[in-house]
Amino acid sequence: MKLLEMNHVKKNFDGLEVLKDISLSVEEGEVVSIIGPSGSGKSTLLRCATLLEQMDSGQLLYLGEYAAKDEGGRCVYASKADLKRLQHCFGLVFQNFNLFPHYSVLKNITDSLLCVDKLPRQEAVERAEKLLAQLGLADKRDAYPYQLSGGQQQRVSIARALAKQPKLLFFDEPTSALDPELTVEVLKVIKQLAKEHMTMVIVTHEMQFAREVSDRIIFMEEGVIKEQGTPDELFGTDNERVREFIGHLSGK
Amino acid sequence: MSIQVMLLQLGKGMIVSVEIFMLTLLFSLPLGLIVAFGRMSKNAVLRWITKVYISVMRGTPLMLQLLVVYFGPYYVFKIRIGSGYRFVAVIIAFAINYAAYFAEIYRSGIESMPVGQYEAAKVLGYGRAQTFFKIILPQVIKRILPSVTNEIITLVKDTSLAFAIAQAEMFTIAKQIAAAQTTIMPLMAAGVFYYIFNLIVATVMERVEKACSYYR
Ligand SMILES: Nc1ncnc2c1ncn2[C@@H]1O[C@H](COP(=O)(O)OP(=O)(O)OP(=O)(O)O)[C@@H](O)[C@H]1O
Ligand SMILES: [Mg+2]
Repeated sequence: MKLLEMNHVKKNFDGLEVLKDISLSVEEGEVVSIIGPSGSGKSTLLRCATLLEQMDSGQLLYLGEYAAKDEGGRCVYASKADLKRLQHCFGLVFQNFNLFPHYSVLKNITDSLLCVDKLPRQEAVERAEKLLAQLGLADKRDAYPYQLSGGQQQRVSIARALAKQPKLLFFDEPTSALDPELTVEVLKVIKQLAKEHMTMVIVTHEMQFAREVSDRIIFMEEGVIKEQGTPDELFGTDNERVREFIGHLSGK
Repeated sequence: MSIQVMLLQLGKGMIVSVEIFMLTLLFSLPLGLIVAFGRMSKNAVLRWITKVYISVMRGTPLMLQLLVVYFGPYYVFKIRIGSGYRFVAVIIAFAINYAAYFAEIYRSGIESMPVGQYEAAKVLGYGRAQTFFKIILPQVIKRILPSVTNEIITLVKDTSLAFAIAQAEMFTIAKQIAAAQTTIMPLMAAGVFYYIFNLIVATVMERVEKACSYYR
């Protein structure tokens, strides 16, 4: 079943064409990595998918239901209530975590469960504690974000996203703000999620990781998908540009 | 006039000064937030109106604004003003003046918030009001506390401007006694009062800042 479907997505920023007719769909249980040079529109694509940015034209569907329709070349979004419901399908993990600094780790995770999803407190706390234990953060329950390392903060933000029990999780360069040692611990968490068949779309510059974890890799450049396929297909491609990019980033 | 009587009268004035101070904060802090929203509104007319309002409030003397608020109803609308209006006029003038200053402080605080906080909240499903009051405002308050403290300390001293419309607060009374008794004592005593008042304010604000320092 298709969890996410994006068709012919276009996006301009004051005349600058950032996404030029991109189509992408993600099946349940699939792990898709998006790679590509800086400025190619990877973040913009994720931001369109997560409703942080409005597309100029194209379609966006979650679970076969329209979040945005193309009507005569223009993009028409669903009603606020519908979008709110569809928003439940996905979570997003940011490059720079975006934890709420004035909330403890536990509250970062539980607060939206309580005041958005209206879960009973006990259930929210249990859910959070279970995730924290899984991610090796049980002892950080009452810490504040500033007291954590970058890697720990990113794991908390993954826990925060997972606590909403999304069907699909987006990651925008989840390790780019981290030192190499801390990168490892976050990638480990994502690999574990992949093993548990979490559906994920991951923008990353970590080539080795993308190769290991992905079912499919997408190479984006200048607002279009230049190449896509299984990791083996992509790493063995004849496309000079893709080889060069991958070689460059994997340290040859 | 004995020292006790003088201090008693000054004390009464002090109470009025404290009342002006408290009521001004009570009204101007929330009003400032509303003005800040207007200033950052998507509506160009609203934005322009609040901009002019802030600029006039900050660009003209508070004493003049006091006189306008107090005498305006009579001169402009020929409304008889009762003696009860004097204190009300003081509060109105102070509240709308300080709201303008607070509005700019709120605005700078709100605009300094990283957009990632809004985006994280949006993806987690928080509504607009929830995002603002639960996620943004608490962080804004922490950021603007030092500037707010400055304004509040200025306000303590500004309460003495109420003498311009003969509101019997501490400074007005001190001046009256000093003139009647030809002594500088009441003015010195008033100075000590204001100083202690501000010392208390500074201590309280320090406590508040400490209470907000559990995170960075
Ligand atoms: N809000 C915006 N306003 C104007 N231009 C923008 C905006 N966001 C992105 N852009 C531009 O769109 C282009 C694509 O940006 P995007 O962030 O999607 O690239 P990216 O592939 O994620 O790059 P990186 O690997 O550096 O994160 C860039 O040229 C960028 O300057
Ligand atoms: Mg990016």
